[in-house]
Amino acid sequence: MNIDNKTYKKYADARAKKSPIWKNCIWAFCSGGIICSIGHFLRGMWMRFGLNGDNAGMMASVTLIFAAILLTGIGVFDNIAKHTGAGTLVPITGFANAIASSAIDTRSEGYVLGVGAKIFTIAGPVILYGISAGVVYGLIYFAITVI
Amino acid sequence: MDMFLEYLKAFIVGGLLCVIAQILIDKTKLNPARILVSYVVAGVFLGAIGAYDKLVDFAGGGATTPLTGFGYTISKGVRNAVDAEGLIGALKGGVTATAGGITAALFLGLLASLIFKSKPKK
Repeated sequence: MNIDNKTYKKYADARAKKSPIWKNCIWAFCSGGIICSIGHFLRGMWMRFGLNGDNAGMMASVTLIFAAILLTGIGVFDNIAKHTGAGTLVPITGFANAIASSAIDTRSEGYVLGVGAKIFTIAGPVILYGISAGVVYGLIYFAITVI
Repeated sequence: MDMFLEYLKAFIVGGLLCVIAQILIDKTKLNPARILVSYVVAGVFLGAIGAYDKLVDFAGGGATTPLTGFGYTISKGVRNAVDAEGLIGALKGGVTATAGGITAALFLGLLASLIFKSKPKK
């Protein structure tokens, strides 16, 4: 049978034995908990470096984003995420991984319509709906403050 | 002891937010991309009604690290900008508050595509 990587992966995934949900949940809980504890530690660390609360929180996210993108680049992230599932998806690491993996995978399609466009495959919807929800909230909040 | 409790709270709240997503992935048709979008919008909503502030006070990084924290940052930015500048703040607040994270992720993603080669999926 002559099939390419993608089709094979689809075929293999469909045939693969699904791991039980309780096991997935334990993995997600522990890995997600660890990443959030690291996030908490980083926030404190950046505050000790003299940043205020908001900036320290942002830099904690940036540090985790940097780590997740590096792990994605060297090919380790996927191997971890296979087990941890939502535990690495839900923290900001999942957002960073989605950006880095789509950017790296589409390099062969060129830097404008490949990397430039596909880097937003997952980040785009997240940013679009996040910002739009923010605008709706802003309009409602303004209306309430005026009344 | 206080320190331990602080990290325990971050661990449990962050872990639980991930477990909810894991159950949604396993039991519903929501794929990871939809989970991320739902979490951001949920974060904006919970931030708007003031609930997420309390969760951040309680759990610190346990509440700010998950993507709901990204939504919370958007809602907080919008609220502060509307307070400061009125209606125009609704257009500026969300992106301004999240600018650092979005810029870092996109720029580092671009750098990664310059440095690393795509590996065949195992």
